[in-house]
Amino acid sequence: MSTHFALKNHFHEGRIVNDRLIFSALFAGLLFIALIARLIVLQVVEFEHFDSLSEQNRVDISSIAPQRGLIYDRNGVLLAENIPTFSLELTPENVPDIEDTLQQLAALFAMTEEDMVDIKEQIKQQRRFRQVILKERLTEKEVAIFSVNRHRFSGVDVVGRLIRHYPQGALFAHTVGYVGRINEQDLQEIDVNNYKGSMQIGKTGIEKQYEELLHGQVGYQQVETNVQGRIVRELNSMPSVSGQDLFLHLDINLQRVAAEAMADFNGAVVAIDPKTGGVLAMVSKPDFDPNEFVLGISSKNYAALRDSPDMPLFNRSLRGRYPPGSTLKPFIALAGLEYGVITEQSKSFCPGWYTLPGQDHRYRCWKSHGHGHMDLKAGIAQSCDVYFYDLANTMGIDRIHSFLDLFRFGRRTEIDLPGESKGLSPSKEWKRASRNKAWYPGETLISGIGQGFNQMTPIQIAHATAVLAMRGIDISPRVARASRPTGQSELQLFPAQTYQTLPMENSRNWEAVIDSMVEVVHGARGSARHIGKDLPFKIAGKTGTAQVFGIKQDEKYDAETLARKLHDHALFIAFAPAENPQFVVAVVVEHGGGGSTMAAPIARKIIDQYFGTAVNE
Amino acid sequence: MNNSLYDRRQPQRWSFTRALRIIHIDALLLLGILMLLAAGLVILYSAADQSTALIIRQLIRMGTAFTVLFVLANIHPDRMRDSAYWLYGVGLILLVAVLVFGHEGKGAQRWLDLGFFRFQPSELMKLAVPLLVASYLAERPLPPTSGRLLVSLAIIIVPSILIAKQPDLGTALLIASSGLIVVFLSGISWRIIFGFIGLSTAALPVLWYVMHDYQRQRVLTFLNPESDPLGSGYHIIQSKIAIGSGGVFGRGWLDGTQSHLAFLPERTTDFIFAVISEEFGLVGVAILLILYLLVAGRGIYIASKAQTSFARLLAGSISLTFLVYVFVNVGMVTGLLPVVGVPLPMISYGGTSMVTLLAGFGILMSIHTHRRMMSP
Repeated sequence: MSTHFALKNHFHEGRIVNDRLIFSALFAGLLFIALIARLIVLQVVEFEHFDSLSEQNRVDISSIAPQRGLIYDRNGVLLAENIPTFSLELTPENVPDIEDTLQQLAALFAMTEEDMVDIKEQIKQQRRFRQVILKERLTEKEVAIFSVNRHRFSGVDVVGRLIRHYPQGALFAHTVGYVGRINEQDLQEIDVNNYKGSMQIGKTGIEKQYEELLHGQVGYQQVETNVQGRIVRELNSMPSVSGQDLFLHLDINLQRVAAEAMADFNGAVVAIDPKTGGVLAMVSKPDFDPNEFVLGISSKNYAALRDSPDMPLFNRSLRGRYPPGSTLKPFIALAGLEYGVITEQSKSFCPGWYTLPGQDHRYRCWKSHGHGHMDLKAGIAQSCDVYFYDLANTMGIDRIHSFLDLFRFGRRTEIDLPGESKGLSPSKEWKRASRNKAWYPGETLISGIGQGFNQMTPIQIAHATAVLAMRGIDISPRVARASRPTGQSELQLFPAQTYQTLPMENSRNWEAVIDSMVEVVHGARGSARHIGKDLPFKIAGKTGTAQVFGIKQDEKYDAETLARKLHDHALFIAFAPAENPQFVVAVVVEHGGGGSTMAAPIARKIIDQYFGTAVNE
Repeated sequence: MNNSLYDRRQPQRWSFTRALRIIHIDALLLLGILMLLAAGLVILYSAADQSTALIIRQLIRMGTAFTVLFVLANIHPDRMRDSAYWLYGVGLILLVAVLVFGHEGKGAQRWLDLGFFRFQPSELMKLAVPLLVASYLAERPLPPTSGRLLVSLAIIIVPSILIAKQPDLGTALLIASSGLIVVFLSGISWRIIFGFIGLSTAALPVLWYVMHDYQRQRVLTFLNPESDPLGSGYHIIQSKIAIGSGGVFGRGWLDGTQSHLAFLPERTTDFIFAVISEEFGLVGVAILLILYLLVAGRGIYIASKAQTSFARLLAGSISLTFLVYVFVNVGMVTGLLPVVGVPLPMISYGGTSMVTLLAGFGILMSIHTHRRMMSP
């Protein structure tokens, strides 16, 4: 009975449980279908989305900074190179106690409280595995000190990297310029992507002008990173392309001689090869050490340079605006010939002064006793002011202005350097526009001797002299001669400068003016005759003395009693050989006194260096 | 003719299946388990960044687990039924002990240090609860009376609450469901079931109130993982990226970037399913899920062929709970369910759950292989 009941019961219970089992199995099947559906949504429908998220997770692009191109002078002497420097760097994640480590390092390396605040700020801002620079440009001694103490500082190390170095120091500070840290302003002007990883950018001079060429092309390294951002492996990479090396027209020997010849005077020297426009020397004094700027100059040193009354950071050869004084006279003379106002033979009488018709004011000649009868050659050779007062007065300022414009006075020479000043070549229109005043005839007179409103930069004066030397061929001056693309051994010359020939009526006029300039150096009464000795060729030159300090009527200029900064500027322009010019030089010596005594000898030294001729002292 | 009679009496021809049967091992179930474990080792090798040491530790655990499986398979189901009260009682005492003396791990007290061996009493309860409920309900005719139903619920709820207090909500829910599955299989009326579901839904706000902060956070994060992408939502976001970027065919074994670059957290344990998805794609995970269904299906078949109600209920509960494990883990990793910390059975790295799972399969084998020897 009980057995029977149990069996029946068992069968019945089996049915109950099995029904529920089937139901459960079906239900579980449904749940698993839901799972599969969910997976299809994630892996098929939204695959693209998650795939790109996954890529973003793991792939990081880091940049490889290119090596900056080197700069050489025309002889292959290095003017700018890249040298390894050592800096002390800290990796926060590897330092057990940052505070303590910094304290100890500060004691070792004499770091200031200010530095420490900076460093702590940087540590806070960066990811913990990125290095923070504690001290730059370690000396060998500091490297040694650290090496001895290294065991005390885990996570701190000396790291080497390449930085710009100018082996010639101050000699090319203005021309080659310098690189510095990239600042906000730079970022707006450059292709930011190409500068990822770069620390430096050209700030002035050739370094700035040829930045694109010198910098090169940034490389990329596509890396896989893990969740902490550490590089696990390289996926692919594009090597950086080093910047091109630059070869300049500049000649270090000439540059050195020019700089030395300037002694401790302020001023500028520009020497040009007139046939190519190549700038052979370009000196601006005083100068400074560009190496200070490479890693960022200290604010104290910068303030000293910036606030110095001698303005060492100011590139006088490009931006210094000087009255050209008598060096303008050959151009005025040429204008006179061209306009037919004078001939080679026509004469003016110089009693020592000049007066405008109906006026009492005496425009004085530098020679108070007067030159007597002056023709073109004598007028230029002896730099007679009266001759040019008369000529200028006859031509009028506007004709002078438009003629001088041909020589790029008042315009940029388009030299391959940044920041060139336009100078100023006055005209009636200019005066009305800028000063809202009428032009006075007297202003024409003093413009005719390169004084008054005239302001020219040394590069402008040198370039105009080159145009004169080339009998009217205008070639823009160039500092850079050639480049050498990465991996090539041959130089790639920059395309020759396009030049234009000045529209002149009579080519004889050139020779008349140039003959007069030869007379300046080689004539018996030439104002620079003392530099014309012992030469196998003829120099054509012109002295200039530019007034800085206004001298009242009937007052006499006395160099002895005037403070040096009120002394006249001394100028000299020259080219040689006169008949087949190969070399042009312009010298401006601030407060040097007379162009004849001060500037001409400097020019001669430079000419001697260029032609290998020696002065017999 | 004589021959045929003679033949019938002769032992049947030797086969591997029958040889296993003699030592109470079910060949089909064993095959499924071995396939899952093998797949698990292959995946774990990749998830653990090719650490052989980890694989060896996992193999040692598997060895232990198989020993337990073999022992249990050779114990008669009736002996298990008899020991249900004892096991449950010991389990309860240990759970209380854990709350008092237990070791903390990840902010939860789950471990009991027995000197040589750290033990999670909740793992014992995973088997003891369905064992006792099945044993208790099978004592009387099915379906159970409402009185026996209430006692069953008490048997389920007491350890669940103790485990939830450790706190280990995931395990508590799994244990509760293993017991509730027994109750469901015992044939209680649908009215009671729906009533219960309605009551549970109504109790949700209460549950919210008693939950720990981190549990509430998990629920909130589950509802909107993007709200906290670097905090608690990070797991699920990275997991979904890993799964989604696997696509149909996956990135290939050892080539999952989410996993190997450590973007994916807990990748050897709770989130190992994301590694599989990333490296083997939809095809790989579909095959894996089918394998799980086949193993559980064999268990359900064993349950349906069982000769006592106790065995039927127990085998059904073990098989279905196994599927619940898989569903909860995959649902969690794919963002369908909140993160409750349930490992992927047979594949996730970790000791005790592997032993418990194979112990369950040992019970299934015992039930299946002791059939003929059971008294009618």
